[in-house]
Amino acid sequence: MKITEQEIRHVAELANLALAEDEIARMKHDLDEILTHIDKLNELDTSTVDAMTQVLYSAEETATLREDVEVAPLGSKAALENAPLAGHGYFKVPKVIER
Amino acid sequence: MNLRQLSIQGIRADLLAKKYSARELAQEAIAFAQAENSKTNAYLTFSAERALEASASVDQKIAAGEDPGALAGVPIAVKDVILTRGLRTTCGSGLLASYIPPYDATAVQRIEQAGGVILGKTNCDEFAMGSSNENSAFGPVRNPVAPDRVPGGSSGGSAAVVAQGTAVLSLGSDTGGSIRQPASFCGVVGVTPTYGRVSRYGLTAFASSLDHIGPFSRSVPDAAALLQVIAGRDSMDATSAFAPVPDYASSLDGKVRGLKIGLPREYFENLESETGDLIHRAVDVLKKLGCEIREIRLPHTPYAIATYYIIATAEASSNLARYDGVRYTMRSDAAQTLSEMYRLTRGEGFGAECKRRIMLGTYVLSAGYYDAYYLKAQKVRTLIARDYAEAFEQVDAIAGPVSPFPAFRLGEKVDDPVAMYLSDIFTITGDLAGIPCMSVPCGETAAGLPVGLQIFTRHFDETTMFRVADAYQRAST
Repeated sequence: MKITEQEIRHVAELANLALAEDEIARMKHDLDEILTHIDKLNELDTSTVDAMTQVLYSAEETATLREDVEVAPLGSKAALENAPLAGHGYFKVPKVIER
Repeated sequence: MNLRQLSIQGIRADLLAKKYSARELAQEAIAFAQAENSKTNAYLTFSAERALEASASVDQKIAAGEDPGALAGVPIAVKDVILTRGLRTTCGSGLLASYIPPYDATAVQRIEQAGGVILGKTNCDEFAMGSSNENSAFGPVRNPVAPDRVPGGSSGGSAAVVAQGTAVLSLGSDTGGSIRQPASFCGVVGVTPTYGRVSRYGLTAFASSLDHIGPFSRSVPDAAALLQVIAGRDSMDATSAFAPVPDYASSLDGKVRGLKIGLPREYFENLESETGDLIHRAVDVLKKLGCEIREIRLPHTPYAIATYYIIATAEASSNLARYDGVRYTMRSDAAQTLSEMYRLTRGEGFGAECKRRIMLGTYVLSAGYYDAYYLKAQKVRTLIARDYAEAFEQVDAIAGPVSPFPAFRLGEKVDDPVAMYLSDIFTITGDLAGIPCMSVPCGETAAGLPVGLQIFTRHFDETTMFRVADAYQRAST
């Protein structure tokens, strides 16, 4: 067994993901199977291997910097258009701080 | 006009000869696509108004004697993970069922600047996570070749529309095989360019170090022409490559004599017989054309799936964090507090596969596990990329299967996620290494199911990949 039900609940908490009880049982089964397969990587000695953190990048480090030219931003109206709740130019969320 | 047989060059010739106008073509293509869609469920949204506007502007240019663009009048479909301004983009997710993007992806902008006509948005697995298109919140896509079977995934709709003839070209996205596998299942051409070749600006992020946009078409020259339009540096994507984009059309000269093509031993072990036979037959065609065939080794292939499902899910768990009920259309009605808003919105909005990957990705990145999983996978990714680099010291291209088997039946693999993951074995390595790779149709099984031949080349050498695929396609049809 690679992962416990308690760990599943903890990870769901970290991921801000509400899972129903039947989903937790199913998730434990699925992740267990996947993590068992992933164990295969331990067959390889990677102590002298560098991590591949960048896929490809052959240009100068500064090449992606652009000229300091003004460009029109998206604007808050467009940015807010898909919000479930907005007002006064802001996204609205449930109250965070009680007075 | 027969929409199933149109090509970019054919449309251009017809438009210039005034056989029909771009507007007439767009009208007919939309009507045909709408009428046929119930057979496959491949389109999620049609963009008739936008198509008519784009085609009218092509007609105006032709009337004025101006160049109408490299894709003049060509009906094109776009996978629904690629943003289109003012046109609903769902990512195959119930969470984004009413999301209207405020901007166009760079690839979409470039298509329309080149005179391409966007007909609509295609169905896909939710957030491009899946290998069968069965993970869409809007129902699965049926394979146009065999309606009881899947079209492959995640770009199932984009492959299906090209196979069905309800678009001439389409855009898909590939993170672990999501262009090549559906292309092989539906019998069309599908291309995953070098990582960074095509800007990811406006592609909904799944796994940023693995995501690619690429073309689907019926012929290799059409795929090359579409890549020509969308490829090249874009200041809106810092990872887009500065490498110059060569003229792909000029490389489609059929000259493959003397090219060295490697067959990875690891890809031909345990290959289901019918698929294996068709791949061997395709390799024989390349041999007859004068290619030199050699066996090569890609020894870290057995570690690719594990590596991929750590890196892809880790990146996905961060990328999907943004769907939290604040900005993207959906918020749980049951949420009273901020924390409930996050947790319930995500719990109600995401489908099972997305949840599975968010959970795995969060787990492998969590305190105490980072080195054992994520860092380890990044190191093995180096070994996989090195396998290819060493192979390309001996050969100019690598050929093999796309998938171990042809299109499977709807529902056949949904209950076994690991078996579904394992079926991506031949496509995942190309994404991990970031090299260009494509699927070109290489015949059908006795049951009439298409099989695809996969071709890989060195970073930024799409030219050789297209040359081999085009020579093969000409010799085999």
